[in-house]
Amino acid sequence: MKILSRVLARLLKAAIVLLAILVLNFLLIHSAPGDPAAVMAGEAGATDDLFLQQLREKFGLDQPLYVQLWKYISDVARLDLGFSYRQQMPVLDLILDRLPATLLLTGTAFVVSLVLGVLAGVLAAGRVGKWSDTLISTIALVFYATPLFWAALMGVLLFSVTLGWLPPFGYETVGSGFTGLRRALDIAEHLVLPALSLGLFFMAVYSRMTRASMLEVSQMDFVKTARAKGLAAPVIERRHILRNALLPIVTLAGLQAGQLVGGAVLTETVFAWPGIGRLMFEALAQRDYNVLLGVFFVSAAMVIVFNLITDLVYGIVDPRIRAQ
Amino acid sequence: MKDFWSRFAANSGGVIGLVLLVLIVAVAVLAPMIFPNNPWKMVGRPFVPPFDNMKFMLGTDTVGRDVAAGLAHGARVSLLVGLVSTLAALLIGIPMGALAGYFGGWVDDVLMRITEFFQTVPSFALAIVIVAIFQPSVVSITLAIGIVSWPPVARLVRGEVMSLRRREYVEAAILQGLSAPAIILRQVLPNAISPIIVMASLMVASAILLESSLSFLGLGDPNLMSWGYMIGAARTVIRQAWWLSLFPGVAIVLTVLALNLIGESLNDALNPRLSRRRS
Repeated sequence: MKILSRVLARLLKAAIVLLAILVLNFLLIHSAPGDPAAVMAGEAGATDDLFLQQLREKFGLDQPLYVQLWKYISDVARLDLGFSYRQQMPVLDLILDRLPATLLLTGTAFVVSLVLGVLAGVLAAGRVGKWSDTLISTIALVFYATPLFWAALMGVLLFSVTLGWLPPFGYETVGSGFTGLRRALDIAEHLVLPALSLGLFFMAVYSRMTRASMLEVSQMDFVKTARAKGLAAPVIERRHILRNALLPIVTLAGLQAGQLVGGAVLTETVFAWPGIGRLMFEALAQRDYNVLLGVFFVSAAMVIVFNLITDLVYGIVDPRIRAQ
Repeated sequence: MKDFWSRFAANSGGVIGLVLLVLIVAVAVLAPMIFPNNPWKMVGRPFVPPFDNMKFMLGTDTVGRDVAAGLAHGARVSLLVGLVSTLAALLIGIPMGALAGYFGGWVDDVLMRITEFFQTVPSFALAIVIVAIFQPSVVSITLAIGIVSWPPVARLVRGEVMSLRRREYVEAAILQGLSAPAIILRQVLPNAISPIIVMASLMVASAILLESSLSFLGLGDPNLMSWGYMIGAARTVIRQAWWLSLFPGVAIVLTVLALNLIGESLNDALNPRLSRRRS
């Protein structure tokens, strides 16, 4: 029962945040310089006065603001995110079409950065002061300062252009006609560079955090007790230190979701990955504001869903939270 | 002060960062003297590789602009946007956090819900939307970065103020009848300044990363040469001209690295008790 009411409270909060994002979107569109009808139609494409007049009537732009806001919110509630006059398609269809590629990319990048980052942090913490610790920490420091899009480009330069190991862009080999497992492998090959470069920054964050957190926990009394009890060092490291050191990492993972979705715009642009990030980039170039705001809304919704999940995971990892 | 320097210098990373930053600032300040030409001007053949023609040490780009001049002028934009947008974030975040922490109760509730909202929204996507809608310019970019980066400041200041609020000297000031703004500004905030300084130095670094990402996507100020723009423009010719994307990227990494190193050393020097054990 307790879990159920917790989930319900979270869902309510998520709904309020989504509503607030809609209001923010609405305010942004209306504070844009120029005529909102022209903005919605995409500036250059709609110089036709009659067309603009139709748009104004259709969206009720001659009505008071609160009526317009209500219309906008009820439209979105009916899953109508507007129409892209550039692509001649409803915005929602455009996004749904691209969503799977983005979920695959961000999901992989998340898992890769978490696993490799924590692993590197554990390795470094176990060898404090030795050269391997210095090496891992230095690499993490540099990755932490590297812009995502540049890491992606340098990855292409090294692994595709120079070494020829990995495909430089795309989602799969065009016209290859691969099916089943062969196709999955082909996509996986295309996924390596985008996922690694998208995960690079958080890999650095996780490894630094794990290292610091492991060192901190290893000084605590219960670890000393475990040592005094004569437990083997690897057992202490895994069961006593790592488990407790992971708590701040789970909190951080919730924050990463937003960064991943934003980073996807950059990675998908570099690798021509057919996801919503690339869609956002195309919308930017075409000044297609309906699509731009639609992608922003959907990406925020993704982050909220992800946060809901991490919240529940946190309850499982740390029983103290559940008890509250 | 002497104490501060010895603690700062105890961390060799901070000294390296400081030297790097001084060099980068020097290049930014001297850019108009070393490269008097407008960095957008075509000065030579396109695609001159680096170290080939000593007139263009770092080569020329797709239309024959000097890469070295672009880097030097880009340093001005990066540092300026990084600094001003951090100031903007502090101007939003400090009052939010101070009011929430000092008054508590419903004020805290409302302000923290707003802060949480801005933390949940994917920040880079929001920055893109803001800059795109208000048209790319130095002002819109700076504002957008400020708007997406203030929440951590508010949380930090709130925590500090909450703990300082219960100190005896603050209680004494309240009993003396000092007004709330006077207490916050003169008694509480000055004592919370060192963690704010540390956070601000790290924020300048992430603001520079954000600015470069925006201009990489073509959302830079169209009148100002910036590192992100240079990489964005070189993206499609990476096979022919590696140097066009390599050099500006190295410039970004070095600048951000320098600021991060300084931030960490400042943390050690200003909060000796709080700083993480380095063992």
